Amino acid sequence: MSVDVLTPTLSDNWDQPDAWKIANYVARGGYEAARKAVGMDPDAIIGLVKDSGLRGRGGAGFPTGVKWSFIPQANPNPKYLVINCDESEPGTCKDVPMLMATPHTLVEGVIISSFAVRAHHAFIYVRGEVLHVIRRLQKAVADAYEAGYLGKGIFGTDYDLDVVVHAGAGAYICGEETALLDSLEGRRGQPRLRPPFPAVAGLYASPTVVNNAESIASVPAIVAKGAAWYKTMGTEKSAGSTLYSVSGHVKRPGQYEAPLGTTYRTLLDLAGGIRAGHQLKFFTPGGSSTPILTPDQLDVKLDYEGVAAAGSILGTKALQTFDETVSVVRTTLRWTEFYKHESCGKCTPCREGSWWLVQTLRNIEQGKGQEGDVEKMLDLCDNVSMKSFCTLADGFVANITSSIKYFREEFEAGYHTPAWELFPYEKSVYFPYERERITVSEGAGE
Amino acid sequence: MSTDVKKSDAQVAKADLVTATIDGIEVHVPKGTLVIRAAERLGIEIPRFCDHELLDPVAACRQCIVEVPDAGNGRPMKPQPACALGVMPGMVVETAATNEKVAKHQRGMLEFLLINHPLDCPICDKGGECPLQNQALSHGDGESRYEGVKRTFPKPVNISAQILIDRERCVLCQRCTRFGEQISGDDFISLSERGALSQISIYASRPYESYFSGNITQICPVGALTSVDYRFQARPFDLVSTTTTCEHCASGCELRTDHRHFQVKRRLAGDDPEVNEQWNCDKGRYGFCYGRQSDRLTHPLVRRDGKLVPASWPEAIDAAVVGLKAAGSEVGVLTGGRLTLENAFAYSKFARTVLGTNSIDFRARPYGADEAGFLASEVTAKPMDVTFTDLEQAGTVVLVGFEPEDESPAVFLRLRKGNLKNRTKVLAVAPFLSNGSKKMGATLVPTAPGDEVKALEEIASELEAGTILLVGERASLVPGLLSKVRQYAAKGVRWAWIPRRAGELAALEAGCLPQLLPGGRPVNDARARVDLQAAWGVAQLPDSAGLDAEGMLTAATSGSLKALVTAAVELSDLADPEAAKAALASDSVFVVSLEQRLSELAESADVVFPVALLEEQIGTFINWEHRARPVEIVNARAQSVMTDVRVLAALADALGTDLGMRTPPQARTAYLEISDWEGSTPKFTTAGAFGAAAGGDGVRLASWHLAVDDSRCLDGAETLRQSAPAPVARISAATATALGVHDGQQIAISTDAGQVVLPAAVTASMVDDVVWAPTNSGAELFRTLHAGPGDLVRLTVVKTAGGAA
Repeated sequence: MSVDVLTPTLSDNWDQPDAWKIANYVARGGYEAARKAVGMDPDAIIGLVKDSGLRGRGGAGFPTGVKWSFIPQANPNPKYLVINCDESEPGTCKDVPMLMATPHTLVEGVIISSFAVRAHHAFIYVRGEVLHVIRRLQKAVADAYEAGYLGKGIFGTDYDLDVVVHAGAGAYICGEETALLDSLEGRRGQPRLRPPFPAVAGLYASPTVVNNAESIASVPAIVAKGAAWYKTMGTEKSAGSTLYSVSGHVKRPGQYEAPLGTTYRTLLDLAGGIRAGHQLKFFTPGGSSTPILTPDQLDVKLDYEGVAAAGSILGTKALQTFDETVSVVRTTLRWTEFYKHESCGKCTPCREGSWWLVQTLRNIEQGKGQEGDVEKMLDLCDNVSMKSFCTLADGFVANITSSIKYFREEFEAGYHTPAWELFPYEKSVYFPYERERITVSEGAGE
Repeated sequence: MSTDVKKSDAQVAKADLVTATIDGIEVHVPKGTLVIRAAERLGIEIPRFCDHELLDPVAACRQCIVEVPDAGNGRPMKPQPACALGVMPGMVVETAATNEKVAKHQRGMLEFLLINHPLDCPICDKGGECPLQNQALSHGDGESRYEGVKRTFPKPVNISAQILIDRERCVLCQRCTRFGEQISGDDFISLSERGALSQISIYASRPYESYFSGNITQICPVGALTSVDYRFQARPFDLVSTTTTCEHCASGCELRTDHRHFQVKRRLAGDDPEVNEQWNCDKGRYGFCYGRQSDRLTHPLVRRDGKLVPASWPEAIDAAVVGLKAAGSEVGVLTGGRLTLENAFAYSKFARTVLGTNSIDFRARPYGADEAGFLASEVTAKPMDVTFTDLEQAGTVVLVGFEPEDESPAVFLRLRKGNLKNRTKVLAVAPFLSNGSKKMGATLVPTAPGDEVKALEEIASELEAGTILLVGERASLVPGLLSKVRQYAAKGVRWAWIPRRAGELAALEAGCLPQLLPGGRPVNDARARVDLQAAWGVAQLPDSAGLDAEGMLTAATSGSLKALVTAAVELSDLADPEAAKAALASDSVFVVSLEQRLSELAESADVVFPVALLEEQIGTFINWEHRARPVEIVNARAQSVMTDVRVLAALADALGTDLGMRTPPQARTAYLEISDWEGSTPKFTTAGAFGAAAGGDGVRLASWHLAVDDSRCLDGAETLRQSAPAPVARISAATATALGVHDGQQIAISTDAGQVVLPAAVTASMVDDVVWAPTNSGAELFRTLHAGPGDLVRLTVVKTAGGAA
């Protein structure tokens, strides 16, 4: 398989020197799509994005143009565009490199999208831990203001647009769109009850579009080259080009921009295959909250429908790759510990379920599991699944149940044998490794 | 079954009802009704923790999950929380009663809730009345599969002086934080941390000071939030509960009072959707210990050789009879504002038929010249008009001489609800935008005390038919204001008079004013007197105008009043306490005082009779809506002292006249027999001139009583007092600049009589040249300054020892 499969659109300029600088971005035709858009009928832009088949790249895959058309324009309140760039999912790493390489692509997308939904304020909510990205984005926004692309009467029109880059404070849950809105308003980030949906009463109880950074960054190219062009990429229901983030035990981890529907087999080839001397054991299609897949699913089309048919979720297209040295018990525990730490605490099943499952998984990892623990975990997962307030808990449950589905014997081995004896941890790492001391202490001091 | 569903049923036309099926049973409910409420109507019990019918849904605990095989559109939904799901036409819902999957979900959720919950029910205050305990039994598994490590926290921790939190017990339902946001507006508690370590916390810089904080202990579905005072005092199943009425203000909130071993252990808010809904204020909740202080009277006292000494009942009655007989009809009666209708009626009849005087007044507070006429004519014997529900639904509510959060907290809660739910516009005619006004979303009509008439004229366009005008007891201190209220009433503005004290409306009905007989009969109407004479079987009722409260005190000073009978009057409540004290201490006045506790007034009385506490008697309050509020016997000891009615009857017997009633129920019957009067009513004549208050040097004083202050009725509620607002002197920035003081600096408010020193609080919305100070917080304003609201006072900077100005 050759590199012909790649379709650099978002990543088109990543290999250019100083691609993040406004002059270099403009020199390659940057902001022309925005200039064109602000001369268009906003509804025509929404129609164009609908026609392009662009779907949300944050995981749910909701058609972006349709979401924009839900904004009740008769509502007298201001309209807001909010960009979700709180990229925090283990394994997911597409927005951060994109914004490091080409922040102006997002800013241009924000201009077009805001104009389309008649918003005069847009907020970019960036994960607080990635300070370098925040700085680069702030600089890009400042440069765009200076160039007259943001602010009063942009591109010489009478359209005003202000953009605020907002840093999160380090909570995974703030990637959930309504928790993000609460956080943006200065409140504790917890998901909101729906309805009302953000399109009706979102930020400051006003109509709000919340879109993933990659979705919005895809818009300038669609405006520039047209919906038909965009649909030449991808599959019938999953159009366009997207960033696949391949990580783990591959030779060349990184971002691979390819049409939706590309198989993992192709992406693995592009990444140089599994590291020498090892074989693929399992992978996640879209970050740690999507059910794991196995080598049997190498030829699943990685688009929204294909992955769903294989029993998982496309998610953020974060392909975490694990070879045969890896203990599934260990990955499941680590992931579940992450979700336990990030559970916002609002609803019972997520808060208490993650607390309990971590303890059971720890026992299994240490070979101290008890007969029946696997069945108990599956039952607990059933008590959590679909009953939590938001999908955070569904994510960790899916992870546990899929891991047990494919590798049940590894969990049952935890009734008598520590995971590190079955899968010596040092074999799965690239660097000298010493197993951490595992302590089981829970309490306020944790 | 929830009342709000019942009520909205009446309001919603049949056409607006939707039909859904729950567990195979059809239910017809207004569209949008929550599934959990619709199920309640069918008697289907869905367990819940975070759901509360007066709080917005949050769907956090997930205990009420149900299955929805058909959302009404033919398609199933994923499992839904019944507390947040609106009923749709054709919706099909299955609860644990018919769906084993739901039953499993509910068992699983309870198991989750219990894994981190301590097994300390035997020592938990909530044990025995705990929704978690109850629902674990009814909807949970008997055994937990959890063998892991439980979350632990240091416990308990104070979140305020009167409330403790045991974080381990908390199920994070957020009822308390939602109460703070949605009901009281004091959102000083919030979740902190996350996941299973989430906890209810207070802010480092903002103390949890709220007049309504006790409600959170009542709605907490576990034992996480407890009252310091009640902690470890009783087991719920050992308590005897009585539904009664609160005595602390004119709202008349329903209470559930729990006692054990002849001692009230706690008071909870009762559930009266028409009045207090399910809330009450902390004064009502915690202010019940005043009757068990060391000054509680249990035996009569008689003055001998200048000293009050214990006496037997016959001895004391004889002494009272000698003194009262000597005074003839030159005698007056001060009833205070705290009596039940039954007691007030007994005093009213006692004054007229036994003492032969019309000198009777319930007003133990500063009042204006035209107030008595206004109350007799416009407030007494009127049907219920403006109600709590009206406040919630009014388009505009104007407040004058009235600070709801301090002076009638349940009114504050209802206005805030109206503002939040129905966008009720609240206009506060006041010297500054108080914190309570802010929480009601009120707009300030900046008004110096005394200028209220002008202020009302300036907002005349707001005072149209449909507007509700709420008039507080301070309104009468403004010349012409009550006349103005009548003018607006004539234009169709609805209005209500809201005094501070619980007994004032009842005192009016009972005729405790010089020109007023019971049932709204004018003293100066011969037909009214004849009617009453016939009913009471007396030959003659006094027809000469009696003295009002201030008149009686003046007459006592001058020697023209020879005796006074008083009931629960606090001298410090009067406009000039020292003058009143001197008048009563005079040898020429014989004072008979009926008191629960030895008061400052009783100390200068000649005979003191102990009377029963409210919790020991039956009775009726009439709240500001004119709604009868029943008072029940909570806690009658075998040796309880007598009620006011009984003591007055004994005095009447000894004076040779039958009072015709010996118990509160007899008093009520006697009152009901004569309460219906269809003849003439007292006429209002304005006494004061329209216009601004007098000018002169100095600034004008604004003041009211804070809900939690040094009032004697809060004696014993020491933890509550610790969270009372700190007293300050509020002045505007311009006034502060003119005075040369900065925020927090000590300033003196003074008159020729004395001075009160308080830290200045520079308040943005404050009217210039006005100073506001609390009436009885730290210092007794009336006593020290001989000045009240609207009077001129001087402001000076207090030089500190360090020399800083």
